[in-house]
Amino acid sequence: MYGAVTSTLSKMLTSPCIQRVRQHMSVINWKTANYGCLMLKVRLCHSFDQSMDLTNGNYPASTVHSKRKYRSNSSPNQMASSQVNHILKANEYSFRVTGYEGRSGGSVVGLESNILASNSPSEDRRSAATCLQSRGMLFGVFDGHAGSACAQAVSERLFYYIAVSLLPLQTLLDIEEAVENDRPVMPMLQWHKHLNDYVSMDAGKLYFNSLRTYWQEHIDLHEDTNDEDIPTALTNAFKRLDNDISLEAQVHFGDPLSLCTPLRVALSGCTACVAHVDGDDLHVANLGDSRGVLGVQEADGSWSALTITNDHNAQNPDEMQRVLSEHPSLERKTVVKHDRLLGHLLPFRAFGDIKFKWSSELLNRMSEARPDILSGNEFAKMVPSNYYTPPYLIAEPEVTHHKLRPQDKFLILATDGLWELMHRQTVVQVIGEHLSSLNWQKPLTAVSFTLGQMQRLLQERKSRALSALEDENSVTHLIRHALGSDGFGSVDPRRLAKMLSLPQDLARMYRDDITIIVIHFNNPVM
Amino acid sequence: MRSCVRSSRALSPALFPRLLSDAGCWGTRPARRGLWSTPRNLSSGADPQQQTPLPSQARVVICGGGIVGTSVAYHLAKLGWTEIVLLEQGRLGAGTTRMCAGIVSVAKALFIESKMADYSCALYERLEEETGVKTGFVRTGSLCLAQNQDRFLSLKRLASRLKVMGISCNVLKPKEVAKLHPLVNIHDLVGALHLPGDAVVSPPDVNHALATAAAAHGVQIHERTHVNHILMEKGHVTGVETDRGHIECEYFVNCAGQWGYELGQASETKVSVPLHGCEHFYLLTKPLEKPLAPNTPVVMDMDGRIYVRAWQGGVLSGGFEKNPKPIFTEGRNQLDVHNMLEDWDHFEPMLSALLRRMPGLESCEIHQLVNCPESFTPDMRCLMGETPGVHGYYALAGMNSSGLSFAGGAGKYLAEWMTYGYPTANVWPLDIKRFGNLQSSRTFLRHRVMEVTPLLYELKVPRWDFQTGRQLRTSPLYDRLDTQGGRWMEKHGFERAKYFVPPGKDLLSLDQSKTFYKPDWFDIVGAEVKCCKEAVCVIDMSSFTKFELTSSGDEALVLLQHLCANDLDVPVGHIVHTGMLNERGGYENDCSVVRVKKNSFFIISPTDQQVHSWSWIKKYMPNDPQLHLEDVSWKYTALNLIGPRAMDVLSELSYVSMTPDHFPSLFCKEMSVGYANGIRVMSMTHTGEPGFMLYVPIEYALHVYNEVMSVGQKYGIRNAGYYALRSLRIEKFFAFWGQDLDSFTTPLECGREFRVKFDKDMDFVGRDALMQQRQAGVTRRFVMLVLEDHDTELDLWPWWGEPIYCNGQLAGVTTSSAYSYTLERHVCLGFVSTPAGPDGAPTPITPDFINRGDYEVDIAGQRYPAKAKLYPFSSLFAQQRRRKDDMELSNFQGK
Repeated sequence: MYGAVTSTLSKMLTSPCIQRVRQHMSVINWKTANYGCLMLKVRLCHSFDQSMDLTNGNYPASTVHSKRKYRSNSSPNQMASSQVNHILKANEYSFRVTGYEGRSGGSVVGLESNILASNSPSEDRRSAATCLQSRGMLFGVFDGHAGSACAQAVSERLFYYIAVSLLPLQTLLDIEEAVENDRPVMPMLQWHKHLNDYVSMDAGKLYFNSLRTYWQEHIDLHEDTNDEDIPTALTNAFKRLDNDISLEAQVHFGDPLSLCTPLRVALSGCTACVAHVDGDDLHVANLGDSRGVLGVQEADGSWSALTITNDHNAQNPDEMQRVLSEHPSLERKTVVKHDRLLGHLLPFRAFGDIKFKWSSELLNRMSEARPDILSGNEFAKMVPSNYYTPPYLIAEPEVTHHKLRPQDKFLILATDGLWELMHRQTVVQVIGEHLSSLNWQKPLTAVSFTLGQMQRLLQERKSRALSALEDENSVTHLIRHALGSDGFGSVDPRRLAKMLSLPQDLARMYRDDITIIVIHFNNPVM
Repeated sequence: MRSCVRSSRALSPALFPRLLSDAGCWGTRPARRGLWSTPRNLSSGADPQQQTPLPSQARVVICGGGIVGTSVAYHLAKLGWTEIVLLEQGRLGAGTTRMCAGIVSVAKALFIESKMADYSCALYERLEEETGVKTGFVRTGSLCLAQNQDRFLSLKRLASRLKVMGISCNVLKPKEVAKLHPLVNIHDLVGALHLPGDAVVSPPDVNHALATAAAAHGVQIHERTHVNHILMEKGHVTGVETDRGHIECEYFVNCAGQWGYELGQASETKVSVPLHGCEHFYLLTKPLEKPLAPNTPVVMDMDGRIYVRAWQGGVLSGGFEKNPKPIFTEGRNQLDVHNMLEDWDHFEPMLSALLRRMPGLESCEIHQLVNCPESFTPDMRCLMGETPGVHGYYALAGMNSSGLSFAGGAGKYLAEWMTYGYPTANVWPLDIKRFGNLQSSRTFLRHRVMEVTPLLYELKVPRWDFQTGRQLRTSPLYDRLDTQGGRWMEKHGFERAKYFVPPGKDLLSLDQSKTFYKPDWFDIVGAEVKCCKEAVCVIDMSSFTKFELTSSGDEALVLLQHLCANDLDVPVGHIVHTGMLNERGGYENDCSVVRVKKNSFFIISPTDQQVHSWSWIKKYMPNDPQLHLEDVSWKYTALNLIGPRAMDVLSELSYVSMTPDHFPSLFCKEMSVGYANGIRVMSMTHTGEPGFMLYVPIEYALHVYNEVMSVGQKYGIRNAGYYALRSLRIEKFFAFWGQDLDSFTTPLECGREFRVKFDKDMDFVGRDALMQQRQAGVTRRFVMLVLEDHDTELDLWPWWGEPIYCNGQLAGVTTSSAYSYTLERHVCLGFVSTPAGPDGAPTPITPDFINRGDYEVDIAGQRYPAKAKLYPFSSLFAQQRRRKDDMELSNFQGK
């Protein structure tokens, strides 16, 4: 038995679930060396959880015991389905808009989201918030690269910049006055966060000052924000934030204490796909290769996908054209190499990544001032080769507007980790069927059926529904499909378990971090 | 809110206008796409606008024109009542009645239920002749199938119970089933029970026939009349407010079915009618290729959770699923009963069960899936009788989907109840007074009916408890006892410990522990009983109903002397066991009364007597401001210290000698226990064992319990539960009200003449009946039967309801049973009576008949010899103990 335990353990330790365990067990004194002890505690924790559930549900205690007995029978070599579920559900989040919040979102009834990490720690981030001073709700996925610092900062800050851009002048004045006089400020955003979506505390003051400067400029420059013009507001917010990230890094790069924050943020990068929903107006600002897809239900009940963003990478000819046109034709061969910007970067637009934005003088000055930050960085060289006419990378988003129709049932925002694994049509199909199976579709009128035909139909529906019902959260359900699909529309549990128990270095080759937000729109099905 | 029955599916039970007192009540006929197509006579549809006005006055107003309401009207009219008005908000039989499956079966859980079903069946059969209305009655018989041995056992138990009532039934082998039904797949069957008397009818037609007959007897029926609320004055019904005007009346009967709960709430004094709706589905098929004969037996495959009957050449099949869908929790909503949605996915398990049972139906075409909401009650039994608190307000509802089977009999009993003050049979299990306001929460009902609905077809083994709606009322010690291994059951919402699982020992899970044989807790309870006999045990008995009756003068004593059969004019501090009898001399309550002060009495009654006993006392209580009755159940925690060392524990805690010399039996004293003062200590244990009951004000409960447990340690104290208590009291021949005693049992019949104050020249309720019975001699007698030649390990255990045979002839039925750890035998308590004399009248019973007879107890068809006793054998207990002492001494010698 002990052997079996350790073998499971080694699997667990090399899998991404270690991350989850680490978070989960933070109370217990964690010692990496003490594997056996850890395993025991994990087991204990499991059964404890379960018995808690049962006693709360007022079952007799004897049931608890039998459950425990059953648990110990599960095969030690195969990752148990409860373990699989634990990994998949560790970061799942769902939020239902109640009447009170509903006034601002209007058409949004709820959101579901999940992050499945492949990198350790995950470089993806997600955000969702309700705008309190203006109308609408904001949702975003952020795919970081070269570390998670930039994605973290953007996921925290971007929505504030957007909120400020959308606020009427009078509100900004009120806020400024309150800050000036040390009075409590009105909150701008109501975040909808998972417990694991942490906030970096150390840079709060810096971030705040940057934001304050932004609204002060707004107050100085503008008579009033034209709140009709959401695309401009979104674009301004994106550009301004990237600018601030860059400026903060310049101001602070001489400061050796700022190892973690502004410079780290600016050296790493992230893409962003942000949706703003206000009534039936949907705006999606996209920057990079994450994607927003609408789930549309046709009149006959079938599902189709409507992509409302364009990827900013080499696969998009328009984007390719843009990048090439911004640089002298001499650089035609070097700007994009192996589908990557300067041979390095997959997305063609991103936050941060000053190595593709700053002038080479500035970059060289920085590497001289701070040789320490280069060590361990994956781009060992500070200045990329063929770096002639920076900036190569922009942070200007492409904003699309869509009027929501009754058949638009949900919007999926997801990082490229998902789209690599699954076609958008399949994605919409899986989520759509999950929705309708949770709501038990009414079958056809049975008049012409025989009992036998009806039974077969019902049993088929039931087995499909059961697999869907395993996950209440449709995003978790989607991830389960993305990883474990047997190619015929259902999940192969063994494949899924294998995908999840891959050692981390291997995992990165099979899958990227996956971050998905599904936003459900008002419709009678929900 | 007048309901409009405009759904295309609705049926009009068009009655003969000439039979009706006011033909104008009948509405126009909507287009019909009905389930039940029997030829009907068309009525000349009158315009609803021209409805005849309601009478301004009536004796009885019945609300609800379903099968239940019309049955009540019919039986009241038969019993000679006049001025009966029946109000129906839509059309007659437009609710559950219209859509129910139409099966009348006697396969029911209780004697009284089988009895009602049997009567209903006979009634429906003769209705056609009586009224000329076709009722679709076909005596098809029914087959209850068993897929496993446990189910077969429960069917055999049912069979022996039905035989007691003279209802014919046969236990069949699977092969014989195939002969009776052409479609049944018998390969996975163990056996079956055939009930040849069961029948199918067309429910709306029966409803129609009952209404026609009632109308012929002068009952006024008004459709499309909605009852808004019930008017009351000084606790009496005075009238009914409808949307068409006001009717003054003396009696009101709530037969509103699904809407009974809401109607109960719609009166000044709210009336609790605890029922809740659940969706119920059944399937109709088109005729088979070779149409199924209309007299094909009904099949009840309870393991498959389905029933099947022949319907118009095809079948009708429904079931009671594991995951029922409760409905109408928020009361009536936009979902009209007639427009309920079909839910095929929900029906899938039942469809699969149907095709497994009758594979031949595979190619049969579907006609329709019907969703027919049914109402269910918290304990799976219907609600009948006068509601507590309001005189003249009767209810009959909550049929648990057996409305058709029960309606005839239940209507008859309710009519008798209203006429004579009580029906001709013991209906306590159905009495609405078994519930109180505490079962009236919508959340509770919703959760409980989700358990009750599947339970209808689930295997019911001895000692099952409801698992939902629990932990409502608990003692302050609940958590303490629970952590010490307490396993719980519920009575009247109160959690009571069954037994305590010792640390390290584990019992089977609930599902696995279901058995008709020796249960897994056998040794645990045995150890508790042993501890009660040899050392001391604590049982938390806080659930008992406790009243305090006080007065400034002697009004309290006068009232109790009138109510109780025993003499209560005893010195202060004495405890009197007494019955409260009805006019027939039967027990309405069996209680212990303590004279706490000269004019203050403490009345302890069984737990489920809380509502019934209260209203019984209130009924006789003069409206005197000097007299005060208070329910103090919640104020006291009751600890029962059972065992020979109980007095040592108590005297150590109170510095008072507790020996019988200082503290005689059946005596009560307020004293201090530990730091707590004012504890009522009573020298009785409800088991016949030595010990004390402590009535502790709740704030002291934990303290007293802790003190008792810590001091008791050296005397070997431990917790015990109600199973131990039950074993102790049954081996000592103690009868409990509700199980052994009912309102038809007199003290003379259970050997309690010594608790009746015949010698005092004092009148009390029931005295005349008892005097008469004493003169004539009793014809039935409560006896104790000790099973012999019964192997506790291997044989089926008795439960209750087993037939008792004397010299090979049926003599009675058991009422309760337990394993006696002292006798090492099973003990059954029950009633026996002598065979009828030559003139057909029952003959008085003699001690000889008891002592000389050869007795047998029939457990699921197997008869076990038993020794009948009229008195507990105290000698045997002493002997047993002596022999045990010898054993222990010899053990010392041997080695």
